[in-house]
Amino acid sequence: MGLVEEILSGNRLALTRLLTQVENDTTEGRSALTELFPHTGSAHLIGVTGAPGTGKSSLVNQLALHFRKQEDRRVAIVAVDPSSPFTGGAVLGDRVRMRDLAGDPGVFIRSMASRGSLGGLAQATAGLVQVFDAAGFDVILIETVGAGQSEVDVARLAHTTLVVEAPGLGDDIQAIKAGILEIADILVVNKADRPGVENTLNALKSTLELAHPVRHVFQHHGVQEVVEIPDAPTYNSWIPPIQKTVATEGTGVPELAAEIARHAEHLRQSGDWAARERSRLGSELDAMLQEMLVTRFRESVPEARYEEVLERVFQRDLAPWEAVKILLNGNVK
Amino acid sequence: MSEQKTNPEQNRRIRVLVAKPGLDGHDRGAKVVARALRDAGMEVIYTGLRQTPEMIAEAALQEDVDVVGLSILSGAHMALAPRVLELLKANGQEQVKVFIGGIIPDEDLPRLKEMGVAGVYGPGASTEDIIREVKEAGTG
Repeated sequence: MGLVEEILSGNRLALTRLLTQVENDTTEGRSALTELFPHTGSAHLIGVTGAPGTGKSSLVNQLALHFRKQEDRRVAIVAVDPSSPFTGGAVLGDRVRMRDLAGDPGVFIRSMASRGSLGGLAQATAGLVQVFDAAGFDVILIETVGAGQSEVDVARLAHTTLVVEAPGLGDDIQAIKAGILEIADILVVNKADRPGVENTLNALKSTLELAHPVRHVFQHHGVQEVVEIPDAPTYNSWIPPIQKTVATEGTGVPELAAEIARHAEHLRQSGDWAARERSRLGSELDAMLQEMLVTRFRESVPEARYEEVLERVFQRDLAPWEAVKILLNGNVK
Repeated sequence: MSEQKTNPEQNRRIRVLVAKPGLDGHDRGAKVVARALRDAGMEVIYTGLRQTPEMIAEAALQEDVDVVGLSILSGAHMALAPRVLELLKANGQEQVKVFIGGIIPDEDLPRLKEMGVAGVYGPGASTEDIIREVKEAGTG
């Protein structure tokens, strides 16, 4: 049996070895991805992001338990933790919070180091997700590194993005900054048994209202006034719900799973599912093109010539833009 | 300084599972070793306390590791180590090297080696030695 048949038939050893090949971007990995590609596209990809310590791993653990026990769906988890920028090493500790999932053959957890990527995922995360998708996992949970404000790659990869917050992490100015909150399809306020949870909820609610104005009806000098929503999109509008959870106890998890299902349904009804798939494939294609073009171009330029131009930039004899022009046009100036 | 992005050997990192089987709750040593291996450029998957051999073998499979490090301070190594080795083999991962750190009496060393344990480190073992031997095991 070939590797691809092994994967499709559920061989876990073959699966884990292929994940390594894909992560290391080997020739075998690339050709397997090519063969597996027609088998992808049926899994629901759920991204889980948020600041370090908000409880992403615990929440992923509880969601996976729920999908297994209540919905009998096969679950894969890709958990990304940061690599050291100095040594390239990493300690991947997300499994510590996922011990409840041990011994279940319907669950597969894979930890990944970010290996220098800055967007919250590793470069190969999309590839690993494709392998799990082809291998027949129904739900793929993608946990990002502890993300601050601009690690938003996960929203490009996932169908549904959860942004996990916890009480006491920031004020309402944090909540109106651009970035991570904007990518949320569902906002989760975890550790909701902690003090300060009402403040966090209020800050998030008012942020959402700025983004999604609601129709106001009120009494003004005894006259009923109505403020309509300007250019109200009556279709295709998803207002991110806010769900409170206590992941360590599982509180709020069934409700969160229901919101996830509602979002998936919304994506299918509105046509957004296809639109997201298309734009995701588009950005993957662009990234691959960029990499290939750069590699191909660098192979076509003799190393000595490259070094010579670099040296001139270093000597402040050439500006970087001029250097790029010279290299691309191929004429020595 | 040209970077070959698709060079698999350069992309490859040694992956190590650091696990604590059994019931003792002291994971200081495991964390020190995990940190040292990280600083040596390896990717270390840490599983946390009180793992059964089954959980360890399952994690080793899912993470496709090259090396498993067991931290055992409870005295149960003669029961736990062979079980982990057996399960790794049953999963088709007989090539994975197993190291043990902890309190291991000298008289047990020959039997552990016989079972296939690649190395044993007691208190006072130098992290340089551990890093060197794990690296050799992981690249070999």
